Amino acid sequence: MNTAIWAVVGIPVIAGFLLALIPSYKVTAVGNVFASGLTFTAALTFLAMRPVTEDYVILDSLNTFFIILNTLVGFTTSAFSASYIGHEIETGRLTPLFVRFYHAMFQGMMAAMNMSLLSNNIGVMWVALELATLMTVIMVGIYRTPNALEAAWKYFILGIVGISLAFFGTILVYLAGQGVLGEGLPAMTWSNLLASAPKLDAALLNLAFVFLLVGYGTKVGLAPLHAWLPDAHAEGPTPISAVLSGLLLNVALFALLRFKMLIAAHPGALKPGPIMISIGLLSLIFAAFMLYQRRDIKRMFAYSSIEHMGLITFAFGMGGPLANFAGLLHMVMHSLIKSAIFFAVGHVAQAKGTQRIADIRGLSVSNPGLAVGLAFGVIAISGLPPFGAFMSEFLILSTTFARDPLLALAAAFGLLVALGALLLRLQHFLFGEPSEPNHEVSASSLPWMVHLTLVLVAGLYLPPALIAWFQRAAELLG
Amino acid sequence: MVAYDVAHFLAGMMLVASFMLLYQDRIFAVLNTFAAQAMLLSAAVAWQGYIRHHPDLFITAAMAFGLKGIVIPIALNRMVVKLGIHRDVDQAVNVAAAMFLGLGLTSLALMLVLKVTPGAASFTREGLALALAIILLGFLMMITRRNAVTQIVGFMSIENGLILAATGARGMPLVVEVSVAFSVLIALFVFAVFVFRIRERFDSVEIDYLDKVRGDRR
Repeated sequence: MNTAIWAVVGIPVIAGFLLALIPSYKVTAVGNVFASGLTFTAALTFLAMRPVTEDYVILDSLNTFFIILNTLVGFTTSAFSASYIGHEIETGRLTPLFVRFYHAMFQGMMAAMNMSLLSNNIGVMWVALELATLMTVIMVGIYRTPNALEAAWKYFILGIVGISLAFFGTILVYLAGQGVLGEGLPAMTWSNLLASAPKLDAALLNLAFVFLLVGYGTKVGLAPLHAWLPDAHAEGPTPISAVLSGLLLNVALFALLRFKMLIAAHPGALKPGPIMISIGLLSLIFAAFMLYQRRDIKRMFAYSSIEHMGLITFAFGMGGPLANFAGLLHMVMHSLIKSAIFFAVGHVAQAKGTQRIADIRGLSVSNPGLAVGLAFGVIAISGLPPFGAFMSEFLILSTTFARDPLLALAAAFGLLVALGALLLRLQHFLFGEPSEPNHEVSASSLPWMVHLTLVLVAGLYLPPALIAWFQRAAELLG
Repeated sequence: MVAYDVAHFLAGMMLVASFMLLYQDRIFAVLNTFAAQAMLLSAAVAWQGYIRHHPDLFITAAMAFGLKGIVIPIALNRMVVKLGIHRDVDQAVNVAAAMFLGLGLTSLALMLVLKVTPGAASFTREGLALALAIILLGFLMMITRRNAVTQIVGFMSIENGLILAATGARGMPLVVEVSVAFSVLIALFVFAVFVFRIRERFDSVEIDYLDKVRGDRR
């Protein structure tokens, strides 16, 4: 096996253990950034590699793209986290011991997510996703306030129920493949299953897909299985909110996509498209309306994540080269923008000492730097030009309109409702009399600047090499 | 065929244990029933290993016996004593309703699985159907219980059903089962940490106390 592949999983694992041993939180914060950067560099070498297909590991255009996105956002989040955690220690919300633990967990979570993305074995993919889930559960509850415990408990129970259903689905997929591929490892290997997809047992595959959709769909946060998501985002540390929204939802959706490809390749099985379209639209429209009633700033952006995961699921449900391309592009844009927003929101909440929307006003006067970041982030996530999300949303809507105008209208309606809510709130955050109190925060604006610059550049000009790469990945998705 | 009779008997007994978990109202009784179910699981897995000549299944059986049959129940037992919650377990739904729901779920599982798997080998079919019934009953238990410890027992009984399903599917690689067992262990650890923290904050492990602080109410 290739060293770069080992490194992408191995570096975070080793770093996790090392970080747990170092007592000083300043050293571990730097170590966390360093390890994440190293992992990102290792992931970049995937670009120069040929596709790999082994019993346990697979590397194709599709997951290369996911891993690079994953490690990039992991890297910038670790940089944000370093400035965020310093303030949490000063205000006494976290003790140095917990921070030590937090950094080790952060690396463990990255390792589990990368492993899930790289795995060619559907069982190992599931185990890695469950490990990532359990680690984020601990992180969500790290403040140990009653609210944080409630959020973590709900996430734990719902996450574990979802993941158990997904495992039953995985067993059914194995059974469906067993008749053709024989007993043992081959029938659990995703690439083998895909190669002989038309010969698999259709009835078992159908049943499996239902379990997988409900199971992994819970982790993606699709309505009506989303109940854990807003709480987990609101009560955990903000770097974890950024990782949850930007990465973990993607990894779960990726697992679902792998199985969607399998079902779609079987002519006699049910069509996953319409199911994904309806559940995607439901999440999109539901979350768009929920945005209006939020009183907590992080909870509001959590609902915005549900909305966008709904849109992405909708795009993949439509299928075809263009919709898949747009879905992948929107996934990148959403990850980058949403984590950038959480970076800004994290510092805003620290500066104002609260997450209550009503108590956050007049940022443009009191914290102009943060206000600019938040404003650009919200404009970008609402899908306004010139940012990249405009392009991906436009592509999704136009390709849908060409095939089924009514569906496009429904999706556009959801997006407009969300746009209204976001701009209304943005106006509230930025202007008016600055609310008291106003604490000093040493916010590093580099992480969100990097993300939003990438998104802006993507909106203005996508390099042909990148387009070709996305197209290859979109073709794989079928 | 004796081989199938024994396999059916063991899986069926696991289902009976799931029904017992639904109506037990003492926390120690719940833990003991769970331990019994785990031991039945271990016997079922070992039997599959014996009739199919798959020695690696014995490892799975030993893990089920050691971890879920002995270590986890003892750990939970100690925790219950330490938390001082060995009084009654209250239920959100009454016993008769829970039993009827359980019967409904069991028939649903049997009809669903037997319908979609006409081609599969005979024990695989029935094993899968029973396993799905155990999983659904586990969900039901998690819904009807209001206590953190019994909710977690519900989760562990879901895991028992999953392992039974994985064994029923011939030759599922051992690596998966090992990692499942491993993650269950971590889940238990996470759970234990939480229960103690919840206790520390709320002075109770009743989930209803948690509901009071949830959501957008600040």
